[in-house]
Amino acid sequence: MAAAAVEFRGVSFAGPGAPPRLEDLDLSVSSGELLVLLGRSGSGKTTTLKLINRLLTPSRGEVLVDGKTTTEWTATELRRRIGYVIQEGGLFPHFDVARNVGLVPSLLGWDAARVTVRVREMLELVGLEPRSFAARYPDELSGGERQRVGVARALAGDPPLLLMDEPFGALDPPTRTEIRTEFAALARRLGKTIVFVTHDLHEALSFADRIALLARSRLAFLGGAQELLESSEPEARAFARTLPHRLQ
Amino acid sequence: MGFLGFLLANRTEAMQLALEHAGMVLLSTGVAVAIGVPLGILAVRRPAHEWWILGVANLLQTIPSLALFGFLIPLPYIGGIGARTAIVALVLYALLPIIRGTHAGLLAIDPAVREAAIAMGMDSWQRLRDVELPLAFGVILSGIRVATVISVGVATIAAAIGAGGLGVYIFRGVSMVDNRLILAGAAPAAAMAIAADVGIGALSRRFSRTTRRAAT
Repeated sequence: MAAAAVEFRGVSFAGPGAPPRLEDLDLSVSSGELLVLLGRSGSGKTTTLKLINRLLTPSRGEVLVDGKTTTEWTATELRRRIGYVIQEGGLFPHFDVARNVGLVPSLLGWDAARVTVRVREMLELVGLEPRSFAARYPDELSGGERQRVGVARALAGDPPLLLMDEPFGALDPPTRTEIRTEFAALARRLGKTIVFVTHDLHEALSFADRIALLARSRLAFLGGAQELLESSEPEARAFARTLPHRLQ
Repeated sequence: MGFLGFLLANRTEAMQLALEHAGMVLLSTGVAVAIGVPLGILAVRRPAHEWWILGVANLLQTIPSLALFGFLIPLPYIGGIGARTAIVALVLYALLPIIRGTHAGLLAIDPAVREAAIAMGMDSWQRLRDVELPLAFGVILSGIRVATVISVGVATIAAAIGAGGLGVYIFRGVSMVDNRLILAGAAPAAAMAIAADVGIGALSRRFSRTTRRAAT
C-alpha cells in the first residue's frame, strides 16, 4: 500500500453560523490513486475538495497533504503543488492561453525560456496545437478547448496531486465522453494522485480506482465500482438506478 | 456670440485661467485616485471597513460645494484662501465616484476567476496586480471619468475663494450682470468637461479592446 497523499482525520466543516457542509470525514487517498467523490448537489463534495488545497480550513479535525496538515503548509506553497481544475476552466479572461498555462511555473520561479517550453509541452499533451492556440484568449475558444486549457494549466507546475471539480460538467455529451476517455488515459500515464468530483455515476465508473459517495454531508460509501453497484446502502442504490438497465 | 470676441481680445488672461482650471482638476483627480483606489480595494478586501468608507464618501458628496469650500477655509494646513483649499475640496468630491468604481469593478469579477487565482497559489499582492485590478480597470476608469467631469464643473466655484480658474469670469460676470463674461467662463469650462469625458471614454474603449472582456 502506497503512502497516503491526502488524509482526512475526523474532519467537519461549517461556515460561520451555517449548517455543517461536511461531518466527521475519515478518508485516505493513496499516492497515484484516482479517487472519485460522488454525490448529489450540496452533498459536500466540493467542500471536501476545497479542504485539500485550503480554500477552506476544517472546523474540526485535520486534513494532511503529504503528511503535513494543510494549516502547517504555507498556503501558496501548498496550492502551487496541487493542480486545480474547475468547470468551464476558470481561466483568466485577460491572459492568453500561454500565460494561463504558464502561470504556476512562473509563480514557481521558472525562467521564461523554460516556461515557454513547458507551455508547449502541456498544450500538446492535452491535444491543442501550440502554434494556433498559444496566443488566443479564452473567449476565442470552444467549451471543450477551454477545458483542455484548464487541464494543461493544472498540470503545468508538475503537481503530484490534482483536484478536479466537475471539470467536464459544462460540455456537450459527445465532447464530454471524448475528453473523459482521453483524460482517463492521460491520468494513468502520468501517475498523478487525483481527486475528482462529479455527480455523474457514469463518469465515476469510467475511470475511478475507488469511489467515495457523499450523502447529506457524510461519507455514505467507499469502495470500488462493482461494490458500489452491488451495495445495499440506500444512496448507492439511488445512484445505481441512474444507469440504463442493461449496464446494471 | 460676444463672448468669443471677449476671449479673443483677452486671450493671454483667458489661457492663463484655463490652465489654472485644468491644473486644479488634474492635480485633484490624481490625488483622489491615489486615495480612492486603495480605499475601494480596502472596502472589498476588508468588508468590516466597507460601511464607513462608502458612507464617508457618500456623505462628502452631499455637502453643497460652496459650503464645503467655506468649511475648509478656517482649517489649519489644508484650509485658507487659494488654490490649495480648492484642490482639497475637489479631491473630497472626486473620492466617491472613484471609490465606487473601484469597489464595483472588483466585485464584478467572476468569483470562479478570483478563486482560480487563489487556488493557483498567487499571493494577495499578485492577485491584486495581475488579476483583480486589470479585470476591474474598465469600471475604475469610468469612475475616474465621472470624477473628472464633476471636478471641471466644481472647479468653477473655486474662484469664490480666490483659487483662480475659469470661475473668475463667471463670478465677475454675475456681479456685473454681464452674460458675455459669464459665458466666457462657462463655455470653455463646458468644452473642457466634454473633452475629458470623450478623451477618457476613448481611452477606456481602447483598453477594453487590448485586454479583452473584463467581466466574463
